[in-house]
Amino acid sequence: MIARITHLSVYVLDQDEALAFYVDKLGFKKHTDIPMHGGGRWLTVTAPEQPDLEVALMPTAPWGAWNAENAATMRNLVQQGLFGFAAFKCKDVRATYEELHAKGVEFTMPPTEQPFGIIAVLKDNSGNSFSLSELEPRRGKR
Amino acid sequence: MEPYPKAYLYKRIVQAKLLMDERFSEPIDGELICGEAAFSQSHFIRLFKQVYGVVPRVYLSNLRLERAKQLLEQGMGVTDACSSVGFRSLPTFSRAFKRYTGSAPTVFQQVRAERAKHIVEQPMDHIPSCYAQWLGWPQIRDPG
Repeated sequence: MIARITHLSVYVLDQDEALAFYVDKLGFKKHTDIPMHGGGRWLTVTAPEQPDLEVALMPTAPWGAWNAENAATMRNLVQQGLFGFAAFKCKDVRATYEELHAKGVEFTMPPTEQPFGIIAVLKDNSGNSFSLSELEPRRGKR
Repeated sequence: MEPYPKAYLYKRIVQAKLLMDERFSEPIDGELICGEAAFSQSHFIRLFKQVYGVVPRVYLSNLRLERAKQLLEQGMGVTDACSSVGFRSLPTFSRAFKRYTGSAPTVFQQVRAERAKHIVEQPMDHIPSCYAQWLGWPQIRDPG
C-alpha cells in the first residue's frame, strides 16, 4: 500500500532562476542541490512547513529519457502556462497575496470567494500555475 | 477562527512582516513594528497572530533562527552566527536554537557538515533511483 509522497516534479525553464523564485519570493527552502556530471543538477526545495516533501525543480532540457524535441515541446508547454498546475495551502490567502504581490509575484486570479473558500492563483517564473487556498475555512468576509 | 480583517489592515500587517524580513538582524522592537503597521501594540499582535499563526516576537525569533541555520550550514562560527542574526547573548541564542531545532548549534552544524560531505562522496544516496534513471544518471542506491 502506498503510504506517502516524498518527491514531486515541477518543470522549470531555468533552475537558478526557479530556485531564486521559490526561495526568495515564495519562502521555500532549498533542500538538496547536487551538480551532476555532464551539466545535470539535482535541485529540490521544500515548503516551509512540509520538510519531508521535496519538490524537484526539473529542467526542461534534453537529459536522460528526453531528446531535444521532447525537451523543446515541454519547454514550450511550460512557458505558455499549459503544463504545470498544483495547489498550495496557506494560513491566510489575502495576506499571502499581499505579500507575494508586493514581491512582484504574478497572480492570474486575486483572492476570490468561492463556495468552498477563498482562492487565488499565482504563476511561478517559468509559467507553472499554483492555486492558493487556506488550511482552515473562515467565517465572514472582509 | 476569527473573520477576515479589513483589506487595508492586511497591507499594514504585511508591511510590518516584510519589515521584519528585511531588518531582522537589527534590534527591532515592538514599537517600531507597530509604528510600521500604524496600530496599537495589542491590536497589531492580535491581527498578526491571526494572519501568521504566531505573535510578532516569535515570528522574528524564528526568522533569526532560520537565518542562523543557513549561516551555520555555510560554516560560520556559532558566535558570529549569533550576532549576525541579531541575538545579543550567546546563551540566549543557544537555548533558543536548541528549542527551535532540537539540536545545539554546534551539533546542528556538525550534522549538516556531515550531510554535505556525504552528498559530495555519495551523491546518488540523495537522489531517488527513479529520478536518477529518468535523468540518465548512474544508479547506485535509493536514499529511502
